[in-house]
Amino acid sequence: MSSTPIRHPGLNLGHAHAEAHEASESLVFGFWVFMMSDLIIFGLLFATYVTMLGGTAGGPGPGELFELKSAFIETSLLLVSSFTFGMASLALKYRTDRKVLVGWLVVTLLLGLAFLGHELYDFHKMFTEGGVPSRSGFLSAFFALVPLHGLHVTAASIWLIALLGQIAVHGLDTQTKTGLMRLAILWHFLDVVWIGIFSLVYLGGTA
Amino acid sequence: MFHPLFHLRTHSRYRHWSIGLLAIWLSGCSEHPISFLDPQGPIAAAQRHQLGVIIGLTSIVVLPVLILTPWLIVRYRYGSRSTYRPHWGFSKLADIVIWGIPCLVVVALAVVAWRGTLALDPYRPLSGSEDVKPLRVQVVGFDWKWLFIYPDQGIATVNELVVPVHRPLALKLTSASVMQGFFIPALGSQIDVMNRMVTQLHLEADNQGEFPGKNMQYNGKGFHHQHFVARVVDDSAFQNFVTRTRESGMTLGPRVFDRLMAQNTGRALVQSLEAPGADNATHEGDRRLRFGHLPANLFDDIVEHATPDWSSIKSGGTRNDASSSPEARP
Amino acid sequence: MTHWADWMLGRLDWSALPFWDAIVDPTTKNIVNAIIASGAGAMVILGGLIVVGVLTWTRRWRWLWREWLTSPDHKKIGIMFIAIALVMLARAVIEAVFMRLQQAFGLDGGFLTADHFGQLFTTHGTIMVFFMAMPFLTGIINYVMPLQIGARDLSFPVMNSISLGLTAAGAAIVMVSLMLAPFSTGGWSGYPSFTESAANPGAGVDYWIWAVTLSTLSSTLTGINFAVTIYKQRAPGMSWLRLPLFTWTALCTSILMIFGMPPLTVATALLALDRYLDFHFFTADLGGNMMNYINLFWAFGHPEVYILILPAFGIFSEIFSTFSGKKLYGYGALVIATLAIAVLSFTVWLHHFFTMGQSAHINAIFGIATMLIGIPTGVKIYDWMLTMFRGRIRFSVPMIYAIGFIMLFVIGGLTGIILAVPSVDYQIHNSLFLVAHFHNMLIPGLLFGMLGGTNLWFSKAFGFRLEERWGRRAACCWIVGFMLAFFPLYALGVLGMPRRSVAFFEPAYLPWTVAAMVGAVIILVAMLCLLIQLWVSVRDRHANRVPGGDPWDGRSLEWSVSSPPPEYNFPVIPEVHSRDAYMRQKETGGGAHPRPDDYEDIEMPANSAMGPIFAITGFLLAFGLTWYQWWLVVAAGVAALIALIARGYVRDTTRLIPAAEVRRQHEAWLATLASLTPVTRADEQSAANRGLPASPIEGAVQ
Repeated sequence: MSSTPIRHPGLNLGHAHAEAHEASESLVFGFWVFMMSDLIIFGLLFATYVTMLGGTAGGPGPGELFELKSAFIETSLLLVSSFTFGMASLALKYRTDRKVLVGWLVVTLLLGLAFLGHELYDFHKMFTEGGVPSRSGFLSAFFALVPLHGLHVTAASIWLIALLGQIAVHGLDTQTKTGLMRLAILWHFLDVVWIGIFSLVYLGGTA
Repeated sequence: MFHPLFHLRTHSRYRHWSIGLLAIWLSGCSEHPISFLDPQGPIAAAQRHQLGVIIGLTSIVVLPVLILTPWLIVRYRYGSRSTYRPHWGFSKLADIVIWGIPCLVVVALAVVAWRGTLALDPYRPLSGSEDVKPLRVQVVGFDWKWLFIYPDQGIATVNELVVPVHRPLALKLTSASVMQGFFIPALGSQIDVMNRMVTQLHLEADNQGEFPGKNMQYNGKGFHHQHFVARVVDDSAFQNFVTRTRESGMTLGPRVFDRLMAQNTGRALVQSLEAPGADNATHEGDRRLRFGHLPANLFDDIVEHATPDWSSIKSGGTRNDASSSPEARP
Repeated sequence: MTHWADWMLGRLDWSALPFWDAIVDPTTKNIVNAIIASGAGAMVILGGLIVVGVLTWTRRWRWLWREWLTSPDHKKIGIMFIAIALVMLARAVIEAVFMRLQQAFGLDGGFLTADHFGQLFTTHGTIMVFFMAMPFLTGIINYVMPLQIGARDLSFPVMNSISLGLTAAGAAIVMVSLMLAPFSTGGWSGYPSFTESAANPGAGVDYWIWAVTLSTLSSTLTGINFAVTIYKQRAPGMSWLRLPLFTWTALCTSILMIFGMPPLTVATALLALDRYLDFHFFTADLGGNMMNYINLFWAFGHPEVYILILPAFGIFSEIFSTFSGKKLYGYGALVIATLAIAVLSFTVWLHHFFTMGQSAHINAIFGIATMLIGIPTGVKIYDWMLTMFRGRIRFSVPMIYAIGFIMLFVIGGLTGIILAVPSVDYQIHNSLFLVAHFHNMLIPGLLFGMLGGTNLWFSKAFGFRLEERWGRRAACCWIVGFMLAFFPLYALGVLGMPRRSVAFFEPAYLPWTVAAMVGAVIILVAMLCLLIQLWVSVRDRHANRVPGGDPWDGRSLEWSVSSPPPEYNFPVIPEVHSRDAYMRQKETGGGAHPRPDDYEDIEMPANSAMGPIFAITGFLLAFGLTWYQWWLVVAAGVAALIALIARGYVRDTTRLIPAAEVRRQHEAWLATLASLTPVTRADEQSAANRGLPASPIEGAVQ
């Protein structure tokens, strides 16, 4: 174990990356604070969803629209992507050769895109079955909560592509490293939010 | 058993002189009491009393600031010879006092608030005396007028709530438009009315008279015109009003209902319902709309956004909807 | 051809012109309103042209871009925030005067149309909260807080610049609504279902949604920035219990921003989904429920009240102790009270709608929770009084605001307790009593705090003091004007007059509305005094220079540096040994301005165009959304995204200031200091005050 002090919650880069480690103190801490703020948004949308569960207004409800199998596949994709991002973080901290890191990041990105594709397919199917947001308060709440998570995954994927570009242009410098540290937090955060969505919306809706 | 109403009645008799003076000064002994400072019912009287208690209790904390601050700034002004201790910044005794007294005052206020709020809950029925049943009225807020339906009497009025004195009122309220606030200050509490939702309000009048009522929640450009009058009368006058409205009130049919749903003020509504060619000679300036025939369950249908059951209108009256014209006031 | 025009303009057409109604329907009232509305629009255009003209004439565009718009310096960003706040304050006060005039003539009529009046109270409220109060307090915290904790800048200087850009974009959207009308008539709280497209299909509500959303995003970022700075950038030795009280309140306000702003983001976003994509969150039909909006809005709205008031409390704490020449009484209690208020502020939102029909028990619980906030607030008031006790009180302008505050604020506290009792609130909810109450908290509380703070720290920012005589006149006019404008509203409220009434029919109201109008005019005079004060101060700036940097015998670190401070704030980061760090430095033998043995290179953030880019794209995005110009929405959105990604590729984000340069500047200032004559507090307001105090104040006993 190194004697470097822990500068922020979560994985610390440690003394081998002295400059990036120091720079990450405020950056990563600040990003955690931002995540807390974002969590309030998701929390309120969850609460809104729960209060509007009854507001189906005669339209299709969770039982008719949700498919557990499909949601399970999405959950698996996202959970595995979180694992692969974890591997990428470890590669960032312990490996000097960047191929492994880039490899894990690309795998993560592909899993993220697969998740998005699957989710879009699900939404499309719901639309064809009459599950459109303008149909009822319940569907409005669903289409505010779940696609917002999807938008976050989209943004995280764009950020990941941008960071891969930064690695190509600038190599693994302090900015790229701290960028990856923050994206990792976002990625795992989205995983946690998805577990909430899976449990409350899909498991709760089909139970 | 402690009954909240007992509590209310003692208050209504109790004259808090300072508030009473304030009331006279503020409202200038208005002919139509416009405020709870000149209360006309037990709820408003209790609210006035509570206002006095709260001001009194809170003054324990507020008055010392208003009195001591001028003294402090004079006594410790720059250039005075009073004690100067720049490094003094804490005293246990002072801290106990400045935390303790506000805490005690808030405890007392909390008791007042808790008891007052439960006793004056707008949803709590007022039982009056044993043999008097509350008068049920259903209130619908439109843009920008009020419809009052008397389900037990089978009549309805616009912008005019006629009620007997000393008889508890049980109001159920909704809005056919956006959110509004139903309020008769001289009688008691206000309550919000909302589309697709029903709220409740219980009031009672101790005195006869005409008390203004209004909408408190902004709902567009006709908001300030959304007035009505609460007319408190004795029992026989009320019976008279019911009978006459049943006999000669107009019919609330689809055409009238469309006019009600449209955005207009009470006055414009009366004008728009004038039948073509009708002679206005008998009409007074402040005509009000009274309906003797209306669909059953109109209130519930408005709440549910359902089409009123027009076929249920009893064809007792001689007028039908198409040729009806507003009734002149009796 | 028309197809292209439609595509470009969306739903923007001739009817958006503020005088259109008067052309279509030339009634007297419409013409009068058109003149007022177009006059306001013309004022904005004229003001803009004058600024552009002056900048071009004096060839200052490049200077503006380099020194201000792209500057990451927290001090300059703070000043720009305050500049936005003052411009918006002027507009909103003028709107208030028009509303008071209307109600003074409002018995059965008046001269404003109902629709115009609706826009006036909506823009007045929206501006005062989101584009006056928020930028004002953000600006003052921005300027002062890093100096108080011994930091060189905020943790995220470029994000700070983006926050400024977003607020500027929101303010610009509200300003543009004067030229391309209308704005919303839904009030600053924008309750549906009145603000749904069924009741209000026009562009007004959309202007409101996007202006508020821009401001909210700005404040969320600001909150994160401030909180991280206070956590991570404090000078060595600046432990939590050595923080100046203003910094404590800044921290609590930032935490409230982080957690209190998201509910508003959610509320306006869901309302936008309802309006743009036919969702059903707050509609009356298809399972919507407008009560959800009201809960979301006040889950933001109540913390917001304390976001606004806490920094003012912090400023007053600094003022009372500085101008009483005395240590702050009950520092610990004040910190605890601040924290308690911050926590409690999340537990009382329901008191904004006691009349919505929930059970009496719930109402009573929230009423009592509301009263609990009165305890820490009351303690603070008494702490400030005990700070004056056995002090040496000097009546400088900030102190006049502070004394006005303490006397008037407790009256607002009293009426707040009255409103907190649900059974009494049933009588005065939504009446002018409520309007009087929150103005009583926000004018003597927030605004006096901000104006007091401006008078206190102006010399720090610009190197010369604000003129005292006009400052006093302004303060007195504010105090008198406030009392005359708002105490009558208490009476009107008890008499049952609803807020937001364009006209009324009860003759009993008339004397009170006339008195309130006179008060509003006095407030307008106060605004003029402020303007004259600024003008006179700039004119006489050479006579009032304070190069010593410490004109008030200050106590915290911001007074230990020159006025204005160097861009890096501290030549050497100070070591803190106690509370009131600078006062202690002055009192102990070490000397107020030690000469360091050695200087180091200082790394400062480099300029960045991100702020202006987000200001422009944010504005265009909001404008396009409001008028359904979808090409503009897509273009601005893509531009913002590209800018954000491109920023990640920039590597020269810092620049070095060489040690030699730091040494040169510091030694020059030390030489200036040596040439100054220290003044006693008796000469504080005279031209002899060059910012070097003779301490300690005479006559102290312990």
